Amino acid sequence: MELWYTENHTEDVKFSIRVNKQIYSAQSEFQRIDIFDSKEFGRFFTLDGLMMLTEKDEFIYHDMIVHVPLATNPDIHNVLVIGAGDGGTVRELTRYETIEKIDMVEIDKMVVDACIKYIPQTASKFNDSRVNLFFEDGLKFVRDKVDAYDLIIVDSTDPFGPGEGLFTKEFYGNCYKALTKSGILVNQHECPYYADYARSMKSAHKRIKELFPITRVYQAHIPTYPSGHWLFGFASKIKDPINDFNAEKWSALGLKTRYYNTDLHKGCFAIPNYVKELLESADSE
Amino acid sequence: MTNQNETPIYDAIQQYIKNRIVSFDVPGHKQGKGHKDLVEAFGTKCISMDLNSSKPLDNLTHPTSSIRRAEDLAAEAFNAGHAFLILNGTTAAVQNMIFYCCRKNDKIILPRNVHKSVINAMVICGAEPVYINPGVNTEFGISLGMSIEDIKKTVRDNPSAKAILVNNPTYYGICSNLKEIVRIAHNAGMLVLVDEAHGTHLYFGDDLPISGMEAGADIAAVSIHKTGGSLTQSSMLLVSDKIDAEDMRQTINLTQTTSGSYLLMASLDIARKNLFLNGKDIFKKVCNLAEYARNEVNKIGGFRAFGNEIINGDTVYAFDKTKLSIHTRAMGLAGIEVYDILRDEFGIQIEFGDIGNILAIISVGDRELEIERLLGALSEIHRRFRKEPMNMLEHEYINPLVIMSPQKAFYSKKRALPIEDSAGHISAELVMAYPPGIPVLAPGERITEEIIDYVRYAKEKGCAMMGTKDETMNNIETVEE
Repeated sequence: MELWYTENHTEDVKFSIRVNKQIYSAQSEFQRIDIFDSKEFGRFFTLDGLMMLTEKDEFIYHDMIVHVPLATNPDIHNVLVIGAGDGGTVRELTRYETIEKIDMVEIDKMVVDACIKYIPQTASKFNDSRVNLFFEDGLKFVRDKVDAYDLIIVDSTDPFGPGEGLFTKEFYGNCYKALTKSGILVNQHECPYYADYARSMKSAHKRIKELFPITRVYQAHIPTYPSGHWLFGFASKIKDPINDFNAEKWSALGLKTRYYNTDLHKGCFAIPNYVKELLESADSE
Repeated sequence: MTNQNETPIYDAIQQYIKNRIVSFDVPGHKQGKGHKDLVEAFGTKCISMDLNSSKPLDNLTHPTSSIRRAEDLAAEAFNAGHAFLILNGTTAAVQNMIFYCCRKNDKIILPRNVHKSVINAMVICGAEPVYINPGVNTEFGISLGMSIEDIKKTVRDNPSAKAILVNNPTYYGICSNLKEIVRIAHNAGMLVLVDEAHGTHLYFGDDLPISGMEAGADIAAVSIHKTGGSLTQSSMLLVSDKIDAEDMRQTINLTQTTSGSYLLMASLDIARKNLFLNGKDIFKKVCNLAEYARNEVNKIGGFRAFGNEIINGDTVYAFDKTKLSIHTRAMGLAGIEVYDILRDEFGIQIEFGDIGNILAIISVGDRELEIERLLGALSEIHRRFRKEPMNMLEHEYINPLVIMSPQKAFYSKKRALPIEDSAGHISAELVMAYPPGIPVLAPGERITEEIIDYVRYAKEKGCAMMGTKDETMNNIETVEE
């Protein structure tokens, strides 16, 4: 018997992984949650049929969404994570002893419960004493926070489901308000290649740029995400990810990482011309 | 008890389609066969249901089968003597109420904050308005309901009036003491007409203001499409069992289309079923969302979302808590400015903004996620756009000076004057600031400096001025005296 998981990356492009076994399937109030085992990517987890993470390549995404802002500003003490129900982002954050508090806001408790049970590789640090879990809408949570966080990481789904509110101007603006004066906002920024994703990327970029004085986009190669070329948004009030980056200081922490390194930190902000053009065209729209 | 699970019009349409009847009647697109672009645009199912009256599908103007059955089910659902399907919008339902009871020169008692359809109905039938000044809340600058004292006095002074028209609720969710008004009117031999364009839910939710039929009113215009979930333009007219329904049908048939849309009719059918079966739960959820939003808005600062606390036992006898009205001027922004910022900056469309307030409609279709977006955006407007608090204009209500009937003024010999020079003349046309769409001037009323000031201010703040022939509203048509 052949069993394949397939995600439509576009109407005309499919991405498939041979599945050994389906481990879990449930419909929550917000979305359908599935977990599978596969030979090539190990255990993997999808929401509404869209790939969230695989055991084999999740390190790339989590390295890049966490270490880039923390290497830019080693003085980050209070962190807010929005989404990220699989726990990978929290896992990387807890490696920094300088961090005092990690508030994680995930709308769907069933995602966290399923990941704790079936994906211990990422959901391993929810019991760290610095971590506080909140199961509510991210936009709602951040609305009444002022000057409270040094870093906000938006580790959301795509903007066509429960994550829609996390791509809006009201959300980014409330994040600005919730950040301290040297605060940084990092978000998963979709892919530039396929038109539907590129549209989301452009509108997110435009909205953030209207609110934050410093905005950059950086990239990573993630084999199981559409086109494999994924972007992250970096926005901040005063910290520049390249000019304020202190490679020695980060290296002195002695953190071992499989994807991120200090050369890559500088290199990941160098983006292809067609992506630059997309971002520039977003500015003028 | 009849079975509210039924949807007789929708079912008749489905049966008709299944029978594969060959069409040599209208509509000419022949269920889309002749017009592929239409099918592409709206979908096969939708276009195949766009049919014409015929024996199996019944006839809107003289219903005997499925439409009659749908009317009966609706009458039962709304606790009315009879229910009519109205396909020219609630505008038509409101006008039919007035056509039914007013002939030329008959008086009708009504609050000034009526919808323009009421004034237009008077232009057509020649009725004469006797306006009651609705109370005004000076803090928010909104017009309220009618006071019982004013009703009693007006009824006493105008014993020949045929009817009293009541908004239930107003756009802002404010209700008059409808039961008492019914009692006073009936004692004086007058009918009570209820404009329930914003009141469908009153018939189904718990713990909401009383509905027209329950209060004993004679006729009610209910805009099912606004908060009840049917397609835009579909509406209902309800009459109590004291009104001769077939007489009313004759009035309705004067202006009702003879090519009633089966899409609209089926949508009324399906909406009625849903409201009857699930309305209680739906409006409970709507009330909870609105109450939650009201509390959260009031925490932001600067905004004031008003609710039950404005009830005063008279001009605010009851408040419809599904309405989320928010006063904005303490933030230094006119309602219309907040309305524009929400749309242009945040992609959020709300129902209207006037000089001091915005109104968000919360209904059947809303979820927590959208409410959070609205709240998030309002909190951002507070952070990024707030200014020094603005004083409220003295009030938005301007007492009308009725010189002649709307019909006489509308059909008189007219002269266009620059609005700035028109004080003292009689308006021959309707002037409204939209939003909120309540008349500033009706045909037959004296133009005053106060009115000209109001128009200037509303225009300056970005309200669209509507109703006048000159679409820029620099000129106004006046009655040549």
